Amino acid sequence: MKLKSLLLAGAFAALMSGTAFAQVSVKVGVLNDRSGLYADLSGEGSVIAARMAVEDFKAADKGIKVDIVSADHQNKPDVGSTIARQWYDQDGVDVIMDVPTSSVALAVNQITKEKNKIFINSGAAASDLTGSACSPNTIHWTYDTYALAQGTGGAMVKAGGDTWFFLTADYAFGHALERDTTAIITKNGGKVLGAVKTPFPGTDFSSFLLQAQASKAKVIGLANAGGDTINSIKQAGEFGIVAGGQKLAGLLVFITDVNALGLQTAQGLVLTESFYWDTNDQTRAWSDRFAKLNGGKKPSMVQAGVYSGLLHYLKAVEATKSKDSATVMAKMKELPTDDPLFGKGKVREDGRKLHDMYLFEVKKPSESKGPWDYYKQIAVLPAEQAFRPLSEGGCSFIKK
Amino acid sequence: MFELLGIPPQALFGQVLLGLINGSFYAILSLGLAVIFGLLNIINFSHGAQYMMGAFVAWMCLNYLGMNYWVALLLAPLIVGATGVLIERNFIAQLNSSDKTRSVIFVAVALVAFVALTRGLSEMSVAVKFVIAIGIGLAASSAYSWRRPFAPSETQTDHLYGLLLTFGIALIIQGLFRNEYGSSGLPYQIPPQLAGGQNLGFMFLPNYRGWVVVASLVVCLTTWFMIEKTRLGAYLRAATENPTLTQAFGINVPLLVTLTYGFGVALAAFAGVLAAPIYSVNPNMGADLIITVFAVVVIGGMGSIMGAIVTGFTLGLIEGLTKVFYPEASATVIFIIMVLVLLVKPAGLFGRTA
Repeated sequence: MKLKSLLLAGAFAALMSGTAFAQVSVKVGVLNDRSGLYADLSGEGSVIAARMAVEDFKAADKGIKVDIVSADHQNKPDVGSTIARQWYDQDGVDVIMDVPTSSVALAVNQITKEKNKIFINSGAAASDLTGSACSPNTIHWTYDTYALAQGTGGAMVKAGGDTWFFLTADYAFGHALERDTTAIITKNGGKVLGAVKTPFPGTDFSSFLLQAQASKAKVIGLANAGGDTINSIKQAGEFGIVAGGQKLAGLLVFITDVNALGLQTAQGLVLTESFYWDTNDQTRAWSDRFAKLNGGKKPSMVQAGVYSGLLHYLKAVEATKSKDSATVMAKMKELPTDDPLFGKGKVREDGRKLHDMYLFEVKKPSESKGPWDYYKQIAVLPAEQAFRPLSEGGCSFIKK
Repeated sequence: MFELLGIPPQALFGQVLLGLINGSFYAILSLGLAVIFGLLNIINFSHGAQYMMGAFVAWMCLNYLGMNYWVALLLAPLIVGATGVLIERNFIAQLNSSDKTRSVIFVAVALVAFVALTRGLSEMSVAVKFVIAIGIGLAASSAYSWRRPFAPSETQTDHLYGLLLTFGIALIIQGLFRNEYGSSGLPYQIPPQLAGGQNLGFMFLPNYRGWVVVASLVVCLTTWFMIEKTRLGAYLRAATENPTLTQAFGINVPLLVTLTYGFGVALAAFAGVLAAPIYSVNPNMGADLIITVFAVVVIGGMGSIMGAIVTGFTLGLIEGLTKVFYPEASATVIFIIMVLVLLVKPAGLFGRTA
């Protein structure tokens, strides 16, 4: 009893001292994978990015008090849902950020809508977040399966890779990526010869690669991510798939994956990302600061997306002096986005954040100047081309 | 030409071969588990972490010491096996000891050392500080128990304690590596002597995979021979049957137990080095695999050496075939078989009912 009242008094004091300076106090929950295969590309790095956003925005000076909490969803939709509910119901979280792993993201998307809070997704890929599962409470920030398909898939077909075979991670994300890439391939006159759904997460992909090899497809599309992609690329090299004339299309490859593969194995791979640390002076400066806080590791596009998303959210909170979900969402969609990492862009009605995407090729070991110097840019996809047009998403609350 | 469910035979041969290759990993890992369970009655849940350590030590040998794959293949099992010996002596054996002062000293000293290190040195990473603190704690507790007779506890400890202990150790080891190296993995190349492959007509067999099968068969059969056919093996089996009586014949049973655990762990590390060039070297690589390996051990029969080897290869094969006919089920097929086997033969295919 005594302890409880003491705690209460402490909490009250903290609240009082907080409100003395701040007009609005928001609580941000960074929910991602902190221990599994996506921990390096999101994980603690995303939390660091969120803190940097609060710092750069000078939230305290502007009368906004920001608390950041974080949790590990272990890539399991049930775990993620439980945390999201607890955050919204008991801990007073106003906005959930990041959430890689599409299956978890779709679950959190649903809960956020139910509870009328805000969900700014950076880590997940499934384009359903702004399509069939769209929600007025969700913004899909960094990339999506459609943009990846458009980037890597489109580029491969144009370069003559018109027959495809997919290795698809057997969950929401893999299915969405395969579907979106198939659409791009057929639209550009290519053909899909077959696909195999691989258990997630997997270790040995040689059996599936052999099936892909037997299909005689010109391109083997890897509709997977993280450790699955690393293993497939490593083993494709081993089985002489690339040497045999078939091309690998890593549909979702993060810079952390390239780091794990090593340039010797990853060289020549074509991939699509929305952010690369070595793009211009601003991204380099930000990434250097980030790396200092993150044990020397450069940011992934997911982590950069968390920064940029939170910055935009805070701008909307500042402009509206409110944290009411509908008000802030409306403001976020009204304000154009502008930050050092993604440049100028906007948030579309259906929650899709629009910015340019980049097509990169992984450098040869001889071209790289050192750790994290991995990509050379081969094309820029303007936002209008990279992302799915509003009319094709099938989002329920968009007037046709 | 016959065709099976639309799969040409060439493709099928290829898949069978791949299944055998994966089976080699299952075989070595389940063999290590079986050896440890047979003698120590410990379900070694840190086996996956020790497999991962094998791969990481290989990577460290290459990147810090410039040693190639072949040296690592010898060195990594020795190093990881040595940590296994430390774990057995200082933790697992303590489960059966009634003298708990030692454990208290260990925890207290390690804690103080860790706090002192975190305060004093900011240069080192947390993982390194933690390992050093553990080392200091172990040194202190060993100094305490030096020449003090081992006091066995009155009651035989339950399997469960060993399981929980090793599971906890596995979590700590994985956490340390994740902290230090991140979770997305490290690059490790196939040794140049084994790069490339053979065209077998029905498939392209990378030389390295061929080497994996040969190496694991040799290791498995040597282990089997050692345990079943040599004098040392006879001691081991005797100690398993009746440790008290064996000790009465003047055989140092505790030493035998420690070395057996170290050997089982070394097997895991050996598998880890074999896996490094073809699988992603990351802190979770063992955790993903170990559950399947446990299923293999259960199907083969806990503690059965031959059972572990044979089921390891067979299940790899079955899993390989599932990947062709119904890939979605390839992660579950082993567990379905486990359920079926347990229903029919609760002691496993090669196990003896107690």
